[in-house]
Formats: sequence, C-alpha cells, structure tokens
Amino acid sequence: MRVHLKIWRQKNARTEGAFAEYDLDNVSHEMSFLEMLDVLNEQLISGGQEPVAFDSDCREGICGMCGVMINGEAHGPQRGTATCQLHMRKFSDGAHITVEPWRSRSFPVNKDLSVDRSALDRIIEAGGYITAPTGSAPEANLIPVPKEVSDAAFDAAACIGCGACVAACPNGAANLFTAAKIAHLNLLPQGQPERWSRVVRMVETMEDHFGSCTNYGECQAACPKEISIDYIAYMNRDFVKAQLKNRRLIAQRG
Amino acid sequence: MTSATSTPVRTRRNLPWPIAFYQTAVGKKWVMAVTGIILLGFVLVHMVGNLKMYLGETDLNKYGVALREIGGDLVPHTSILWAVRSLLILAFVLHIHAAATLTAMNRKARPVGYKGGRHYVAANYAARTMRMTGVIVLLYLLFHLMDLTWGNANPNFVHGEPYHNVVESFSRAPVAVVYIIANILLGIHIYHGAWSMFQSLGWNNPRINAARRWFATAFAALIVIGNVSMPIAVLAGVVS
Amino acid sequence: MTTETVHQTISGNGIGQNGSSSRLNARIPAGPIESKWDTHKFNMKLVAPHNRRRFEIIIIGTGLAGAAAAATLGEAGYNVKTFCYQDSPRRAHSIAAQGGINAAKNYRNDGDSVMRLFYDTIKGGDYRSREGNVYRLAQESVNIIDQCVAQGVPFAREYGGLLDNRSFGGAQVSRTFYARGQTGQQLLLGAYQALARQIALGTVQSYPRHELLDVIVHEGRAVGVVVRNMITGEIASHTAHAVVLATGGYGNVFYLSTNAKGCNVTAIWRAHKRGAFMANPCFTQIHPTCIPASDEFQSKLTLMSESLRNDGRIWVPLDPTDSRSPDRIPEPERDYYLERIYPAFGNLVPRDVASRAAKRMVDGGRGVGPLKNGVYLDFSDATARLGRNVIEERYGNLFEMYERITGENPYYTPMRIYPASHYTMGGLWVDYNLMSTVPGLFVAGEANFSDHGANRLGASALMQGLADGYFVLPYTLADFLAGNLGQKVVPVDHPAVKKVEAEARDRTKQLLSINGTKSPEWYHRALGKIVWDYCGMGRDAQGLQKALSEIPALREDFYRDLRVLGDGDEMNQSLEKAGRVADFIEFAELMCRDALQREESCGGHFRTEHQTEDNEAKRDDDNYAFVAAWEWQGQGKTQTLHKEVLDFEYVHPTQRSYK
Repeated sequence: MRVHLKIWRQKNARTEGAFAEYDLDNVSHEMSFLEMLDVLNEQLISGGQEPVAFDSDCREGICGMCGVMINGEAHGPQRGTATCQLHMRKFSDGAHITVEPWRSRSFPVNKDLSVDRSALDRIIEAGGYITAPTGSAPEANLIPVPKEVSDAAFDAAACIGCGACVAACPNGAANLFTAAKIAHLNLLPQGQPERWSRVVRMVETMEDHFGSCTNYGECQAACPKEISIDYIAYMNRDFVKAQLKNRRLIAQRG
Repeated sequence: MTSATSTPVRTRRNLPWPIAFYQTAVGKKWVMAVTGIILLGFVLVHMVGNLKMYLGETDLNKYGVALREIGGDLVPHTSILWAVRSLLILAFVLHIHAAATLTAMNRKARPVGYKGGRHYVAANYAARTMRMTGVIVLLYLLFHLMDLTWGNANPNFVHGEPYHNVVESFSRAPVAVVYIIANILLGIHIYHGAWSMFQSLGWNNPRINAARRWFATAFAALIVIGNVSMPIAVLAGVVS
Repeated sequence: MTTETVHQTISGNGIGQNGSSSRLNARIPAGPIESKWDTHKFNMKLVAPHNRRRFEIIIIGTGLAGAAAAATLGEAGYNVKTFCYQDSPRRAHSIAAQGGINAAKNYRNDGDSVMRLFYDTIKGGDYRSREGNVYRLAQESVNIIDQCVAQGVPFAREYGGLLDNRSFGGAQVSRTFYARGQTGQQLLLGAYQALARQIALGTVQSYPRHELLDVIVHEGRAVGVVVRNMITGEIASHTAHAVVLATGGYGNVFYLSTNAKGCNVTAIWRAHKRGAFMANPCFTQIHPTCIPASDEFQSKLTLMSESLRNDGRIWVPLDPTDSRSPDRIPEPERDYYLERIYPAFGNLVPRDVASRAAKRMVDGGRGVGPLKNGVYLDFSDATARLGRNVIEERYGNLFEMYERITGENPYYTPMRIYPASHYTMGGLWVDYNLMSTVPGLFVAGEANFSDHGANRLGASALMQGLADGYFVLPYTLADFLAGNLGQKVVPVDHPAVKKVEAEARDRTKQLLSINGTKSPEWYHRALGKIVWDYCGMGRDAQGLQKALSEIPALREDFYRDLRVLGDGDEMNQSLEKAGRVADFIEFAELMCRDALQREESCGGHFRTEHQTEDNEAKRDDDNYAFVAAWEWQGQGKTQTLHKEVLDFEYVHPTQRSYK
C-alpha cells in the first residue's frame, strides 16, 4: 500500500516547526505504524535527509515511551492501543496521515515528534509512592487486601505514563494520569497512612504544570490502557476530603 | 538534569484554607459543581413556578406575591427572597469566575495547539461548547432580567403583574425566538453540566454511573420543554 | 578438569587452588551454604549513617536492579546519581516482563523452600551457575515479596485477601507471584516510585535521556562515567566512589528480539574494554512463544506468555508442501511433534527444548504462515473441551494482543509462534559482592552473569534484579566504600577523566564523519542475521568460524560506509544507534568466540556437534563446568579466556530428560 505522510518537523524546543510531506510506497499491511516510520527514515537517510526523530522503546505497548498524534487522535484511530501496537492495516491504501507531537506547555518538543514528558515524573515525585524503606516491610500476607480492591487498584496501576491523556485533553490536563496513580495507592491498605497528603501534593503539582479537567472524557478514549475517568472522580473526592481531614489532624497536633 | 525543561504554569502561594482550596483547579471545579447544583435548583424551581402561567393570570400573579412574602410575618418583608437572591448571585459570580479562571489556566496549558487539527472521540458537542453556551445564557439572563424583572426591555412592563408582562413580552415574535434559542442552549449547558458535576464532586459508583447521564439528559430535557413551552404557548395564542 | 587458559594466555596468569584462574576470585564465603550470606553480611564492613553522605555512587540503568539499588542507597543516605536513556526511569525494559516473580514463600504448602528454589535454579541453569550466589538469591526472594507488597505492588490476590500464586514454566511448586500479565511493570513502578521519593528528597539525582559512552578507570578503579545528554548532545563526565552498571542484557545483538529497541550492550562492553571481564556471553535464552516476523521491516518481536502452552497444542503439517489453511488440514495430516517426541511433557517441555524443536520443523521446510517461519499453536481442542468462556478468561488479553499485531483471530485460526531471543544469562563477570574485575565497578541484574547459569527459569529474572538492587548491593557496596572513607572523588577536570571524555568525543565525531551510504539500522540488521544464523538456537564450529570471519568484515565495512546524518550537539537518534551497533558488532565477535570455545551443549547454548541421540543437549561436566570470563586485550587482539571452575557441593549435576 501507499501512504501520504504529513509529519511535524522541528529542530528543537527553541525553533519553530512545520509540517513536511512525504510519500511512501511499499508499505505492508503487516507493519506497525512505527515500522512504517522506520521505513520512512531509512528512505530519508538514503536520500541524504535527516530521519524523523520519534520516541519508542519496548514496542509492545507497555513502556509508554511512544506516542504521537495521528490524524488528530492521540495514539491514532484504534482504541486501547499505543502507537507502537497500531498497525498499518488500520489505514487504507493511499491514506493521508498527519503525524504531530503531543502538544502541551509542559511537553516541550525535543525534536520532531519527540517531547519531554518529565513533568509527569514531578507529579510522582510529589507523592506517588508509599514510603516503605527497603528492609522495613512486614511479612507480605500480614496485609490482606480484598481481591476487588486489589483488582481496582490494578486497573489504575496499569497506566503506562505515555501522556496520551494530556495530549488528547482539550485542556491539556493530566488528571487521568494523576488520578490513576493516586487511585492505585489510595485504594490499597498500604497507601492509607499517606492518603490525604498524597492527593493534595500530587494534585497541586499536577496543576503547576497542566490544565484542568472539565470532564470531556477524551483522555479515557485516548488511553492505551483504557483507564476509566471514574478514577478522576475518585481523586476529586479524596482531594476535597483531604481538605477536611488534614485540617483536623493538624489542629489536633496543636 | 533532574529539573524539567518545562517550568510550572503557575506558582503556588500560601493562602488561608478556603482560598487555597479555591486556588486549585480541582477546588474550582468543586465550587462550580456546588454552585451548579444551586443554579440547577433555581432553574427548576423557577420553571415550575412559571408554569403557573398555564393556570391563569391570578395564579401566576399570586405566585409572584408569594415569593416576596416567604417567611410571612416572621421576618422583614422580602428578606428571604433577597437572601435567596444573594445566594444565587454569589453562585453565579463564583460559577462564572471559576469558569473564567479555569479557561485561562487551560489556555496557558496548551499555548501551541494542534496544527494538523483534532479529531474528538468522546467530547460531545455540549461539553465542547460549555464556554459559549455559558456566555450566551449569561447574556440572555441579563436580557431576561431587563425584560421581566426591571422592565426596561419591555415597553409595556407593569410592575407587579408578571402574567401581563410575560404575555406582552412573548407576543413579540423575535423576543420569543430569543427565549426559545436561549433555553435550548441552557439545556445543552445543563446536559453536560448536570453530568459533569458528579465527576467534579467525586460522586461516582459503577451502580449510579449510568444514571448520572440519564439524570442530566432528563433534567436538561425537562427544563427545555418546560421553558420553551411558554413562549410557544403565547405565540400560539394558547396563553394570552 | 582442564585448568589451562585457552587461546593466547598471557604469562603470569596463575591458576587458583580449585583450578580457577587466579585473576578470578569469586569471594564466596566459607561455611555451609545456608549461612554463607548471613556470615558474610556480618563480616562485611559498614558505613555509619553520618558518613554515608560523603560517598557518591553512580548507577547506570533504572530497571529493577538499578532503580531498586538507587532507591535503597538514597534512602540509606548516600549521594546517588542515576542515568537512563529513556525519558523517565519508569520505562526501563524490566517493565515488559509478563509472567511473574518467584519466591520461596511456600504459601501453597506444596513443599517449596529456599533449598528447593535454589536447587531448581541450579538445575534449570544446567549446572553452570554458582551455588553460593544462587542460594542467596533464593533466600532473598522472600524479602522481595514483602518489600514489593509494602510498596503497593498490586499482586494477584485470593478472595480471602491473601496473595495468589501460580506454577510457572513447568515448575512443580506454585511459587510464582504475579500481577496479571504485567508483573514486570508493577514491580518496576514500585521501585521507580521509591526512587521518585528519593529524587524529591534530593538524595538521588536523576538524569533521564542520558547515555553512557564510557567508564572511567583510574589507578585500577572505576571512578566515573562519561555520558551524553541525548537532547543537547552535551558529553560530560561524572565521578564517584563507585559505579553500578544495571544496564540489562544484550539480546538485541540478534537485531530481532523481544528486547526494547533501545536495549544495548554499550555500558557493559565499554566496561569490558576498560578491564571488566565478560562472562559466558554465549549463554542466551530463546523464548519459544513469540509472534514470528511478518516481513523484512520487522523491528522487534513480541513475546506471548508461556502460559499459552498449558492449553495450546503445537503442530505443523506433515507434508512440507501443504499450503492449505490450517482448519482444512485433517487431523491425520498434522504432526503434533512435541507430543510425539516428548510424550511425558508434551507441549510443556522447557523453553530451550521447545524452541529447538520448532527450529527443526521450520528448518525442515515444515514452517507455517506466509513466510513459513512459524509453527501452529492451536486452541481448538482446548476450546472444545473447556468452552470458549474459559479460554477467554485465561488468555483473552493475549488473544487480543495477538490479533492486534497479526490481524488474525486465534479463536478461529491457530496462532503462529516462533522462538526469539529473549534474555541473556551472560554478562560482566562479578564476584559474590557483585563487583566486577575492576574494583569499584559493580554490576547488577541481567547485566551480570551471576545467577542463571546457562539457562534462566521463568519468573526468575525479576527476582534476581530486585534481589541485587534491594538486598545485595546495599551491603556489598557499603563494604567496598567503608575502605575508602575520607577519599575524595576524582575531580571531573582530572586529566585521566578528560582523556576518557576526549576519546568518547572522538568516537562520536568519527561516527559522524564516515559519511558513507548505509544506515546504522542496516548494519544492525546485517549483524543480527549473522548472529542469529550462526550463534542462535543451534551452533556448530563451522558456522561459528564463519561468523568469526564475517563479523570483523562487517565491522570494517561499518567504519568505512556508515552514514549518520545530523550533528552531535543535538538530539540525534541515528548517532545513538550507530554507537550501539558499533559495540554490538564487537561484542558479537566475542559471543561467537565464547560459543566456539564451549565444546558442549548446555542450557541455551546448543552445539549441534554435542547432542544425545534424541537431539538433546549433551553437557560435558568434566571439561566445561566453568565460567568463561574473557579479558580484553586491546583492539584487534583476541581476548584471553579465564576460567572460574564451578564446584557443586549441594546439587549434583545430572542430565536433563523430558521424555
């Protein structure tokens, strides 16, 4: 099959970018989308042009390194699928495909389609953990976790941190990412001691970098792990509760 | 290096708790949801009250008087009405302020948009047009007050005779059309808002999640049908 | 037992007491195996809490081993710097591990114990690993589960709220803890989150998108690293009291593997060229159930969980020319070859046995699929027996993933599978303390050679990475550092540092200046083909000799005809790739040399000359029960082989049989 590509080219964060157009013949239906870009890059190199920079690593949908806007959709047209697992059979012969990097103030473009998502790490650093220094853990089965709770926590923990939620959100909000991590930890018994401070610190850090949630639901549709926006509601509830809980505890300490 | 190449969109300040809460977007959305509930209540009660129009002039005019006399002789005349009005004004102000500041925050969050265009998958028309419908409904509200409360937009306005004023107003076809369009937009605004508030407040549970959508749809439909029926009834001559 | 070093032995290379090279002191503590680690922990020196902040530690790689070590050392109070090539520490390839993690908790009451896990690991490794290390690994396995649960890793649970286990990879006990099919992801997130906490506290400085270019060795000790900022292209040095390499395996030497695209050998290869011995590089593991390549543009292979073999039946058509669709091939014309050859274990034979059998079928022209490069894994019998619901419940997510990649629905069409490179047991040689032959240079996780011998058991990679990071390095690094209290780190402007940095810059410039015609990807693919053909699932002397002549030729061509466009002072993925491929080419040569030297078959290393009448691996314990550790001798020279002879006091070698 043949495809006509319109790809965002940008030298670095400081320079302006623009779309460049390429035609690619001999694209196989069996190729993944990223393999199609590999082929384009080989073609560009042999033609003496610099290849398109894009991020990918595991190419099996779990590391969260890949992710581009394909025809205006984060990770492209297939639901529940990261860019690396999208295959060319989802496109028709002669398709016009526009490829653009994630757009967010906090995702500056490194080059071409690669962006810097380290703001997501800042959110985790603000409280996305359970403080458990190595060696201090009790015997694992001392903490029973109801299966339903464990499963719900897992559904949230499945987040791969790709940033598609931010990219897809019309507001550039990272609420789904943040909510997923908060829900993973706040649902579990092990996460209870830091529950209220975690949600406050993570939400505040999130808002330092990203937009706000107005419940569009685009993030859920773009998420390659199909994480539910129910977790955003859960985060909102915990955030409001935390306002009261923390105040009482602080007051008690005098 | 550890530091992100991206810098925070805003800087945090140390403020008293309620203000600090309102400074956060999640807090603002909570305020929008709570004020939204107040406004939904107002819209519903307002509509139900106005439907008295169908019972005739006496009933509607009595209703107007009754509103002023809530509390009877226990409190000064119209004080409860003014208390409710104050609450509504506060709700409006907060709702609008929160929306405006969130919009500003969101604009900053994506200074460079998608040059190749966006394809929306989940965001429905109502959700994407909240700002527009909100602003139009606000303008309509001002007109509505001028038309039927203050009377400066209604040449035949008679103070204390709501039935007469409504009929006079809706008899003007362009005004009736404005009312109809504005109420449909209000319905669209409610269609998203009455669902969205559950998310913002964190009222979710797999058991009620489907009902949230149903509730919002039904509420929006009820308001639109009830409110739009009135100008149509006047235009059609059912009420005169 | 042979005791001489082979190839050009350098003079003065003495032989130790048990026949091992005197250059290789494994420092296994004396005493009964149950108490070696405890005794050693007591004997090791400590660094007092108030002194820890005086030490700088560099950790390369933030997978399970690296992130766990960094979080633990940071928490303890050391100054830690971590480097990873991904844009976040959370993305290291440990994240892709599916199956689970072993631990000798014996929660199932089915006879598991530390001793049994130790025994199974030694046996599974085909008697080519160290008893002392493996026993310690089994001991620490139980602590790992406790630690991870405390961190909030959502392991699978029973309805009573206690942890669930399953049997994995043919193990006779249920000792595998798992988190759906994403155990690696959840464990890595646990370690990453602990690391993130330390980053916020300032004990750890994280450098994502930084790639190691060289290891700085000064006065016989590892004192730092040279790294390249992959966004700005800036090349800089960082110095420390100790350097930890936790950079994973070298499976991408085959080009097509289940490893992430970025996985590379550069860190351990650079360390090797600075004096660290490379051990058992020919020990690579092939995973039998991967999705076969679909075309020449294939960039990586995707693993499908081994659990599929529990219910799927593997077959090929009897007639090589049979081109009918699988559902049209009647039962009598199918060859369920695993069930035929191995009636006792059938489709559940170990990974290496299943892999080689599939290769024999494909090599014999009976492969299936458009490229005739796979075998069928058929669920129709299981579906008929158990019902579609049960199959969907067990494998639904895998079937979905398969369909996403191939466009075929395994409920109706048998899956096609083929083996692919998956894990590498070889790596830098380390002693019991996980220190390489370069003092101050520690190696953890898949990057070292230590615990899996010639073959790794399923669900043991995660165990080893976390054991090294959480529970071994924090002790052994302290022991090393304690002797260096008061010593300053070598300043980054020291001439010795500047020299290595300049060399790294020159190499980068060289890659950019060749200006030839072929891309780094082209060379990687060419290398992968050589290595897969001659040093893949089956190896023989003739093929390996051929590889040993082709690889240097490829290297020569690489430095003559490589094309890397763009500049060095910006993000340049071709340049990154070129540097990695350059190291893979050199490494591949050593890997083939090691495979040639090992005149036996064991675990993942199968020399076709050395097989039983039933085509099974034939070990030679008399002559090859040693670790092959190679010492770099300079460019263009053959590495010297040193042997660490393996003693088996507790587990006595026997030949495996799965008939």
